[in-house]
Amino acid sequence: MIEADFHLALPGFSLETHIVLPSRGVTALFGPSGSGKSTLLRCIAGLLKPQYGKLIVNGEVWQDASHFMPPHRRPVGMVFQDAALFPHLSVQQNLDYGAKRSRSKASGTDNLIELLGISHLLQRRTDALSGGEKQRVGIARALFSAPKMLLLDEPLAALDAQRKAELLPYLDQLHQQLDIPVVYVSHAPEEVARLADYIVQLGEGRVIRSGGAIDIFPALLHPLSQEEGVFTLLVGTIELHDTNDYLTQVSIGAHRLWVRYINRPIGSQVRLRLLARDVSLSLDPGVRESSILNTLQTEIATLEETAPGRTLVRLTLNEGPALLSRITTRSARALRLQPGQQVYAQIKGVAPME
Amino acid sequence: MNFTPQDWSAIRLTLELASLTTLLLILFGTPVAWWLSRTTSRTKPLFVSLVAMPLVLPPSVIGFYLLVFMGPNGPLGQLMDQLGIGRLPFSFGGLLLASCIYSLPFVVQPLQNAFEAIDERMYEAAATLRASPLDRFFTVAVPLAKPGFLTAAVLGFAHTVGEFGVVLMIGGNIPDKTRVVSVQIYDYVEALEYSEAHRLAALMLVFSFIVLFLLYTLNPTKKKAPAA
Repeated sequence: MIEADFHLALPGFSLETHIVLPSRGVTALFGPSGSGKSTLLRCIAGLLKPQYGKLIVNGEVWQDASHFMPPHRRPVGMVFQDAALFPHLSVQQNLDYGAKRSRSKASGTDNLIELLGISHLLQRRTDALSGGEKQRVGIARALFSAPKMLLLDEPLAALDAQRKAELLPYLDQLHQQLDIPVVYVSHAPEEVARLADYIVQLGEGRVIRSGGAIDIFPALLHPLSQEEGVFTLLVGTIELHDTNDYLTQVSIGAHRLWVRYINRPIGSQVRLRLLARDVSLSLDPGVRESSILNTLQTEIATLEETAPGRTLVRLTLNEGPALLSRITTRSARALRLQPGQQVYAQIKGVAPME
Repeated sequence: MNFTPQDWSAIRLTLELASLTTLLLILFGTPVAWWLSRTTSRTKPLFVSLVAMPLVLPPSVIGFYLLVFMGPNGPLGQLMDQLGIGRLPFSFGGLLLASCIYSLPFVVQPLQNAFEAIDERMYEAAATLRASPLDRFFTVAVPLAKPGFLTAAVLGFAHTVGEFGVVLMIGGNIPDKTRVVSVQIYDYVEALEYSEAHRLAALMLVFSFIVLFLLYTLNPTKKKAPAA
């Protein structure tokens, strides 16, 4: 368990956060820029010394009212937004920098180089690397120092969409293989949905809410519901594969969804993303003459006009997580939709996040 | 070119003085430059101004105050007397001290600029990789400030070689002890020995050009490449 309590006052900004994080898995610090998520991360790393701070990591006191462990004594690995590699050292020397100074030896470093796909870069100068490569080296460098906690400060923010997509699978891999806690700062809902096990939502230096990713994710989206890309995150289990049609069936509670083929064994967990604009509503299940594969019977929880003429409908799936649907206000009126009503959600698109 | 033995002595003395001055200034100027580059203290402008003073003061003023300071009634002079080391004025030691003060900004300022140009996150990254503050200084700050060290050393050396006014005030004109090239040239001109003066003056001209040319060749001012 990691307990972090920081009170920091800067001109024009203050941070007052008290959080308790699980000591395994990925915790996302999520919020808009200026919400204090990077500041909080820097406090954890010891790069910022707040007026009051308490940090206890798995029973070890790193910081309290009378004691401040300087950053170089904290067994953390930190990955910076644009990697912050040392330009005067080669890739290999960058990796060795932390490894040499760490008291404990990192295990499986060869495996790590393999996993991050940087073995062909070791002799290169760092300024000859692409943004994505730099970031992978930055992650490896942090892990080479055998940290007890990995901190990532928006590692994807400086990358374009293509590089992001290139780096995400590596982060997935790490997520599955690391057994140290990871604290991941991000303002992008897609990254959080894909990677986080635990979420702390921040706003103006305060914790707005925190909890398990699946429980808390629907609530996170509320302030984002204006956005075109608003989506629902669902976690399901792979039930069966249809190799002829290149489809995989995923169960979410009692519901079944067909998605494009996922190359993972039956029984494994997957995260699915359903864009609200890809979920339409119907009063009867008659979809036999339709190209839509997935129809779920649901109940309307709330209706809200989030933009002129656009209504966001929150649906419940068998007492389970909410499903979001964006429809026109005209349709909502024509179908006389109201809370408590049974409707059929026709899902046009659903994408696995891994 | 035919240099006289006195010329050679002056050249040797000049090189000795410039080398030692540069060495001492790098040694003691680096911590000063580092502190100036990192401090958030309100006293910073005070120290920046003090370091820059030799840039604007006439060498005769520097020389005059040093003479008073090191003389028999000056605090340093009295201290030296008590320690029985001997007086600094009109000695190589006095010249060395004076040169260090005279060339101080030429060493400290490039170093300070080089340290200030280093991205703060380099130190933060090093800190999270378990490097102590001293370790960070030697393994991150110094290597990244290498161009600054080159500039500082070259400018400090060249500026000391070109020193004249302070030498006259402090060192006088003692052959083999304090008579450096610039003073030797002055002597020749005073004695209307223009061809002798020409030889040494040309040497200084060529030396200064070569040194600066090498500096700007090896250490081109970097244009920031646009972010990829």
